[in-house]
Amino acid sequence: MLAGLRQGLADLGSGATAKLLRLGFAARFFVAILLHSGTAFRRFGLTIREIYFAGVLSMVIILVSGLFVGMVLGLQGFETLQRYGSGDALGVLVALSLVRELGPVIAGLLFASRAGSAITAEIGLMKATEQIAAMEMMAVDPIARVVAPRFWAGVISMPLLAALFSALGIFGGYLVGVKLIGVDEGAFWSQMQASVDVRNDILNGVIKSLVFGVAVTWIAVFEGYDAPPTAEGVSGATTRTVVTSSLAILALDFVLTALMFTGGNAK
Amino acid sequence: MATAPIVEIDKVSFGYDPAHPVLHGVSLRIEPGSVVGIMGQSGCGKTTLLRIIAGWLKASAGNTRVLGESVRDLDSDGIYALRRKMGMLFQFGALFTDMTVFDNVAFQMREHTDLPPDLVHDLVMMKLEAVGLRGVAQRMPSELSGGMARRVALARAVALDPRLMLYDEPFTGLDPISLGVIARLIRTLNDSLGQTSIVVSHDVEECFGIVDYVYFVSAGRIVAEGTPDELRRSAEPFVSQFVLGEPDGPIPFHYPAPTYEADLAAPAKNA
Repeated sequence: MLAGLRQGLADLGSGATAKLLRLGFAARFFVAILLHSGTAFRRFGLTIREIYFAGVLSMVIILVSGLFVGMVLGLQGFETLQRYGSGDALGVLVALSLVRELGPVIAGLLFASRAGSAITAEIGLMKATEQIAAMEMMAVDPIARVVAPRFWAGVISMPLLAALFSALGIFGGYLVGVKLIGVDEGAFWSQMQASVDVRNDILNGVIKSLVFGVAVTWIAVFEGYDAPPTAEGVSGATTRTVVTSSLAILALDFVLTALMFTGGNAK
Repeated sequence: MATAPIVEIDKVSFGYDPAHPVLHGVSLRIEPGSVVGIMGQSGCGKTTLLRIIAGWLKASAGNTRVLGESVRDLDSDGIYALRRKMGMLFQFGALFTDMTVFDNVAFQMREHTDLPPDLVHDLVMMKLEAVGLRGVAQRMPSELSGGMARRVALARAVALDPRLMLYDEPFTGLDPISLGVIARLIRTLNDSLGQTSIVVSHDVEECFGIVDYVYFVSAGRIVAEGTPDELRRSAEPFVSQFVLGEPDGPIPFHYPAPTYEADLAAPAKNA
């Protein structure tokens, strides 16, 4: 009994130590990326190439999802607003929901699933097939040549994708609200223009998506670089990227929302 | 005056964890211009030895001098500077799968030099010509056979004319023709480019056919050394078991285990 308890405590302690060590390694890895980012900017073509893979190729899922989310917001929002006789405020509801919350958060979740998992799998497989080792053997730093361009590509792509998501969402809300249901077009756009603030709403949304971009891409490159070089190792790392990134986005969103949209900043 | 060895390893020990050492007090010398084989069965520590020479792993004891540098005293910049004088052929080539054959071979030239594109093109074509694969310059690695991929990787490894070439199991998984081609290339590139080569392998005939000297490693120790002819005549039980491919001998057929009777009488755990 006592021996079992002691063993359980020892397992708990070693498990916690291992997690802390990995967290420490992830933090050092983040610093290493920042310190080795010179190549990603000096040879910006490397980063542009990754922006194509992480950002441009994610556009289809981002644009289609944004359109549908906006259309659903239009339907649901109008239904609720109409109960209070405020159907004309549909534009405000759609725009604020998307710009402040749904744009950054859903685009972030989709980005983690589409691009984050691909980054992890690619780096993990490069490690498993000794491509990373070959690069090191050729005296080329893989953090500078492989990791940093992917990291910065993710950080640059994420706010742009969130902006596209919000834009298509607003267009979806317009299609359903104005064209389908018959909300007054002038009221839809003018109320939106009057109520959406560039600094408090749009800039805060951009900051959110930038933070999500850093978090998702950091997790993705770290999981790929730290993946055991086996089929199960890469598959586990890819899964962890999606799960950890998604949880990180939701947790960070709560913290950022609390900081940005409550207290003195509340509109 | 005797020339300084390209690689000098003196009483090197290493273990991933102190309780299970992989190498115990290994010493060897590799002379300039030679092709040296490090042989032994899988898991004996020969690849670990190669990684210590490449500065990938730090020996826990002993000294390693490579191309005149003490590897354990080098920082990461020093290790990278040393590696620019080395080339390594990986077991399965390790070509960059997102680049063409041409870009793979040009990789180091573009990363480490400011050569104009015309010159890079000519140098890449010369390297590909040396391995007989100029005709696949624009193909992707996924379009190559295993033997061709290994030859492209060899062209990439010698792209900047390294002084020391490391070959990690270069013959594994190749058909007899590709195997003969790779073996011949290792020898001819070594001699024509004035390199020194270390070939880690467990393929006896192919390795004996191209090397000048062989070190046999077993359980992390050098158990025999000599020229291929000397080793073929060796009465050392490990060497004759390995060279003749006998299933039992100093390297037992059975992995250490409880007695057969004890295992059969034990209650089933995983059935």
